[in-house]
Amino acid sequence: MEYEIKPRNKFSLGLKELWQYRELFYTFTWRDVKIKYKQTYLGMAWALFQPIVMTILFTLSFGKIISSNTALSLPYPVFALSGFILWNIFSSGLSNAGNSMIANSNMIKKIYFPRLIIPISSILVSLIDFVISFLVFIPVLYYYGCGFHLRSLVLIPLSLLLTCFCTFGLGTFLAALNVKYRDFRYILPFFIQALLFATPVIYPVKISDNSLFGFIMQFNPMSAPIELFRNSFSNYNLNIQDIIISVVVSLFLFIGGIYYFRRTEAYFADLA
Amino acid sequence: MKPILEINNISKKFRINHELQPYLSLRDKLSHVFRKRTSIEEFWALKDVSFNVMPGDTIGIIGKNGAGKSTLLKILSRITPPTNGQIKSRGRIASLLEVGTGFHPELSGRENVFLNGSILGMKRFEIKKQFDAIVDFAGVEKFIDTPLKHYSSGMQLRLAFAVAAFLENEILIIDEVLAVGDAEFQKKCMGKMDEVSKSGRTILFVSHQLGSISVLCKTGIFLNNGIIVNHSVIQETIQQYLEYPKAGDVASEYQREISQYSNKELAIKSVVFTDNVYKPKRDFFHSEDVNVTFNFSGKNLAAYTLLVCVLNTLKTPVFSAESKITGDHLTLKINRDFLTQGAYTLRIRIHILNVKTVDYIDDDYHFNIIDTSSDFIVYNNINYFYGSVIGNYKWSE
Repeated sequence: MEYEIKPRNKFSLGLKELWQYRELFYTFTWRDVKIKYKQTYLGMAWALFQPIVMTILFTLSFGKIISSNTALSLPYPVFALSGFILWNIFSSGLSNAGNSMIANSNMIKKIYFPRLIIPISSILVSLIDFVISFLVFIPVLYYYGCGFHLRSLVLIPLSLLLTCFCTFGLGTFLAALNVKYRDFRYILPFFIQALLFATPVIYPVKISDNSLFGFIMQFNPMSAPIELFRNSFSNYNLNIQDIIISVVVSLFLFIGGIYYFRRTEAYFADLA
Repeated sequence: MKPILEINNISKKFRINHELQPYLSLRDKLSHVFRKRTSIEEFWALKDVSFNVMPGDTIGIIGKNGAGKSTLLKILSRITPPTNGQIKSRGRIASLLEVGTGFHPELSGRENVFLNGSILGMKRFEIKKQFDAIVDFAGVEKFIDTPLKHYSSGMQLRLAFAVAAFLENEILIIDEVLAVGDAEFQKKCMGKMDEVSKSGRTILFVSHQLGSISVLCKTGIFLNNGIIVNHSVIQETIQQYLEYPKAGDVASEYQREISQYSNKELAIKSVVFTDNVYKPKRDFFHSEDVNVTFNFSGKNLAAYTLLVCVLNTLKTPVFSAESKITGDHLTLKINRDFLTQGAYTLRIRIHILNVKTVDYIDDDYHFNIIDTSSDFIVYNNINYFYGSVIGNYKWSE
C-alpha cells in the first residue's frame, strides 16, 4: 500500500478511503447511542419521548382546529406523529452533526481518519431513534384504523432516503461551517425550530394562503419526504411537481454539503 | 530496498492573526470586508524538511519546544496537510500523538478498548484477537466492565498505552506517550517498545527524555526552528542538541537581560564558570575544579536561599547544593575528579523554602566535562554509560 501526503487541492469524495474505514461508522454510531442513554433509567425509550409528547400536545391544542379547517387524509394524531418521527431525523440529525466536529475536536487534532465519518455517524444515531419510534408508530397507526399499503414498500424507503440526503447534506455543511464560524452553534437551534413551522409536520401544506409561505413550504426539502411518508398510509393524491422540486433541492444540498466539507476538512485540525 | 517513508521538502506555514479571536465569527469576517486586516504574521513551523526512513529504522526526533517536532508528526500522520512538499509512504502509519484518543469516561474499559482500537485503525477482529493480551498488559482485568470514569488516572493511561502497544501497523509515530504511569509500568512500556522496534517495524519517536530516546532509537533528527540541524547516529544527534546553544555564545559567562531581573526582589544577574585559577571557561577536564559564580541583583539578600541542582545529559539530577545568600555573589566549587564526561546543566532557584520562589533558571546554563584520562574512559568507546559521578568507594578482600 502506497500513498502520498501532499498539500490538498483536488476534490474527490474519497469513497475508497471511507470504505476502508467503514467500521468506524459503526463504532462512532454505537458510541453515540451508548453514551446518549448511559445512566438513564428509561434508556432507549427516550427516543420516543419527544415525538409522542409533541403529538399529544398538538392533538390536544390544535388538533380539532386543524382537522376541521383543512382536509386531512389521516386522523390528526397519526398525521402529527408521522410528521414528528420523520422530522426528528432531520432536526436531531442536524443539531448533532452541526456540533459533531467541535465535540470531537480532540480526536481531530490527534488522529487521522476520514472526517466525513463524524457528522455522518452522528446522523445515523437519529436514524436509530427513528427505527425505535417507528415501532411505536405502527400500533398507533392501526389503533386509528389506518394501515400499510402495497405502495408503502416504495414510499417509506423513498421518503427515508430523501430525508437522509437532505440531513446529510445540510448536516455536513453545518459541521464544516461550525468549525470555522462558531456562530452557527447559536443559529442552529433557532433555525431548526423556525423550519419546523415551514414544514408540514403539525399542519398540512395548504394551511395558509400566503404565497411566500407556500413558496418556502414548496422548496423546503423536508416537505416531500413527510408527504410521501404519510401518503404511504392513506390514498390522497401526491403533487408530483412538489416532489420533484424537493428531490432536486435535497440532492443539491447533499452534493453541496459534502463538497464544502471535503474542501475544508484538511484544515479542521488547525482551526478546531 | 526502497525507503518506507520519503519526506521531500516539507514546509508548513501558520498564519498568526494578532487581531482576531482564536476562532472566527461571522461578525469579524463581515467587519473585515470593509476594513483591511492588520497584522497577519506568517510563521513557518517547518521549512524544507527532507529525509528518508528505511524499513525497520527507529528515529528519535529531538528539539526544543516550538522547534516543529509536533508539526512534523502531525503532517506525517495526515492530521494537517503540509503547505509545500510531499511525503511518500509505503506502509500503514499509526500515530500515537496522545494515548487514549477518543476514550470516553461513560463507557466501560472493554468498550473503550474497542473504541480506541478502531479509531487507531485496528479492525474489530484484530481487537478481538488481541483483547486478552491488551487487558493483561494493562493489568485491569478486574475492572474491564466498569465505566472508565471510575478508573484511576494511572489505570486509564495503562489501558490506553496497552491498546496502542498492540497495533500492527508498519510505521508507528509516537509523541511523548511514554511519560505515563509509575516506574514499573514505564519499564514495561520501554520493554514493549524495544520489542516492537526489534520486530522490524519503523518507529518515529519524539520525546524530551533523552534517556529513553537514546535507548530506543538508532538514528536521530535534531530540529531547530523548523529546520533539520543534524541527522545522524542518535548519540551524535543528542550531543549536537546539547551543545547547540553554545554555537552562538562561547562565552563562559551567562549574562541575563536586564528585564529578566530588574523588576524582581532578588534575582540572578549572571552566572560565570571558571577553573582552578579563576580563568573563565566552559569546558573543563575532569581533573579540574569547576567554579560557578552566581551574581545577584536586588535587595533583601539575606532572607533567601540559593538552590542549585546539577543535571546530566539525560536531565537526571546528579546532586544539589544550597546556601544562604549573604552578599551580591556566591561561588560554588565542584571538586575535581567528581563528575564524569558529559554536558551538565544547572537548575537554579532563589527561594525561601516552602514560602516562595523569587527567581529560577531551568536548564539553560551548561558546562562540559571532558574526560581524557580516567579509568573509565575505555567504556566511553563502547557506549557504556557508567554514571555521572566518579564513585567514592573502596574494594576489600
